[in-house]
Amino acid sequence: MDFFGIPPQALFGQLLLGLINGAFYAMLSLGLAVIFGMLNIINFTHGAQYMMGAFAAYFLLQYGGLGYWWSLLLAPVIVGATGVVIERLMLRHLYKLDHLYGLLLTFGLALIIQGLFQNEFGSSGLPYRIPQELTGGQNLGFMFLPNYRAWVVVVSLAVCLATWFLIERTKLGSYLRAATENPALVQAFGINVPRMITLTYGFGVGLAAFAGVLAAPIYQVSPLMGSNLIIIVFAVVVIGGMGSIMGAIVTGFGLGIIEGLTKVFYPEASSTVIFVIMAIVLLIKPAGLFGRVQ
Amino acid sequence: MIGFQHRVMIGLGVLGLVAPFVVYPIFLMKALCFALFAAAFNLLIGYVGLLSFGHAMFLGMASYATGHAAKVWGLPPELAILFGALVAAALGLVVGAIAIRRQGIYFAMTTLALAQMVYFFCLQAPFTGGEDGIQAIPRGRLFGVFNLADMMTLYYVVLAIVAAGFLLIYRTIHSPFGQVLKAIRENEPRAISLGYRVDQYKLLAFVLSAGLAGLAGATKAIVFQLASLTDVTWQMSGEVVLMTLLGGLGTVFGPIVGAFIVITLETYLAHMGSWVLVIQGVIFVICVLTFRRGVVGELARLIRKPL
Repeated sequence: MDFFGIPPQALFGQLLLGLINGAFYAMLSLGLAVIFGMLNIINFTHGAQYMMGAFAAYFLLQYGGLGYWWSLLLAPVIVGATGVVIERLMLRHLYKLDHLYGLLLTFGLALIIQGLFQNEFGSSGLPYRIPQELTGGQNLGFMFLPNYRAWVVVVSLAVCLATWFLIERTKLGSYLRAATENPALVQAFGINVPRMITLTYGFGVGLAAFAGVLAAPIYQVSPLMGSNLIIIVFAVVVIGGMGSIMGAIVTGFGLGIIEGLTKVFYPEASSTVIFVIMAIVLLIKPAGLFGRVQ
Repeated sequence: MIGFQHRVMIGLGVLGLVAPFVVYPIFLMKALCFALFAAAFNLLIGYVGLLSFGHAMFLGMASYATGHAAKVWGLPPELAILFGALVAAALGLVVGAIAIRRQGIYFAMTTLALAQMVYFFCLQAPFTGGEDGIQAIPRGRLFGVFNLADMMTLYYVVLAIVAAGFLLIYRTIHSPFGQVLKAIRENEPRAISLGYRVDQYKLLAFVLSAGLAGLAGATKAIVFQLASLTDVTWQMSGEVVLMTLLGGLGTVFGPIVGAFIVITLETYLAHMGSWVLVIQGVIFVICVLTFRRGVVGELARLIRKPL
C-alpha cells in the first residue's frame, strides 16, 4: 500500500517528525504570544532561553545528578527566574518606548547568551540520554513509534492546552487579559500589574525552557539549537497572528505537519516551505490567520 | 554660505581621499562598503520608521549576482556591480511588496523570515557554490581603463561608489519625497488622510534601500573577490542594525561612524572567537538602555547642530 508512490513508513515517519517539530513551534510561539500580549515586546531571546533550558537539564544531570524528570520541573523554574531578573533590570525601562527597542534589546541579550555558551561549549552538540522509562517504542503495524517521541507530542499538547485554559478560562487569566487591554484600569482595581508583567515574562521564558528540556534527548544540546529555530517561530507567529492563544497552538502544530509532508513529497523545499506560506498568508490575509485587524 | 552638514561632508570626503596613505586600504574599503550598507538600512529605519531585520539578503544576493556576472559571464566590473545592485533592487521589490503589508514589529519579523528563506535558497542553489561561495571573482578593468588589481585605484573607485550612494541617500532625505517619508514615520494615518499613497512611498523607499544595500554588497564582492554565505546570514542583518543603532538612528552621518566603529572592533577582536558575539550583544543592550541617540546623535545634541 503506497501513498502517491511513497511507502507508508516514510510518510508516517516524516509526519511524526513534523508533529514533533510542530510541538516545539507551538510551545515557543505560544510563549512569544503570551509575552507579547502583556509586555508588547517580541522576545528575541526566546530561542536562547530554549537553549538554556536544554543546558540546564544537562547541568542538572552532570553536576547535580538530577535526572530528566527533575529537570523537566526545575529547568523552567531556573531559566524562568533569569527571565524575571532580565525583566526587572532591563525590559521594564522600555515599555514607554517604541516596540522596536524591545526587539533590539532582546536580540542583544540573545547574542550575549549564545556567545557565552558557544565560548564554553563550542558549536558541537552534547548528548542527553532519553529517560529510562521512555526508551523503546511501539510497533503500530504501519510504523514504529518511539515512546519518547510520542511522549513529547502528548506532553507539549497538554502544556499548550493548559496554558490556553489558564489564560482563557481562569480568574487569573481574566486579570491578565484585562491588563493587556487596559493596564491602568486594572491597576486601579488594586491588582499589582507590574508584578503580573514580571511573572508573565518569567512564565513565557519558563515555557521556552520546558521546550528546551523536552528537546534535549531528541536534538543534541548545543549553543546553536535555538538561533535558527527562533526565526522559524517568528514566521509561525506572523502566519498565526499573535492575537489568539489557540491560534498559536493550531498554527504551530499545523505548520510542523506541513513541513513534514514537504520533506516527503518535495524535500528541496522543506527548509523554506514555512516562509513561503508566510508570504502567501501576508498577501491574502495580512493580519495573520487568527490575528485581529489592528 | 555652505551649511554645516555640507562642511562635515566635505571634511569626510577629504579624509577619505588621504586615509589610504595612513590606514590599510583593504580595511578602509571594507568599512566603506559597510558604511554604505548601514546608510541604506538607515534610510528605512531612520526616515520611514521601518526596521528591516533582513537586510543581509540584499547585501548577499547582490554579491552573488556580481560574482556570477564577473566570473561566469565575464562582464566588466562596472556592469557586474550594476547587475548586482539591480538584482538586489528587484529582490527588494518582491520582499517589500510582501513585508509592507504589516507594520512595526511584524514588519521586522517578516523581513527576518524572508531573509532566512533567501539564505536557504542560497545554500541550495547551484550558482552560489553552497558552503564554498563564489571565490576568485576577477576585479577586471573599470570601463576598460582603470586596472582594479592596483590597490590604490581600487580604493578610489570604491570611495567614489560609496560617496555616490551616500549622496543619493542624502538627496533623497532632503527631497520632497523624503519629507513625505518622514511624515509617514511620524504619523501614518495622517499621511494617508492627506492623500498620500503611503504603501507606494514605503515600497519605493524599500526598493531604494535594497538597491543601495546591493550596491554595497556588489562592491564588496569585487573588493574581496568573494561572495559567501556569511553575507546572507541573520547575523549580518543584526550587524547592520548594530552599526546604525550605535552610530545614531536617523542621523545623516551615524551609519558611517557606526560602521567604522563596528568594523574596527571586529578587526581587533577577530582572534577572540565567540566573544565578538558577546561584545556585540553588550553594545546592543547598552545602546538600547542608555544610549538610544547613538554616537552621532549625542554629538549633535552636544553641539546643537543637526548631523
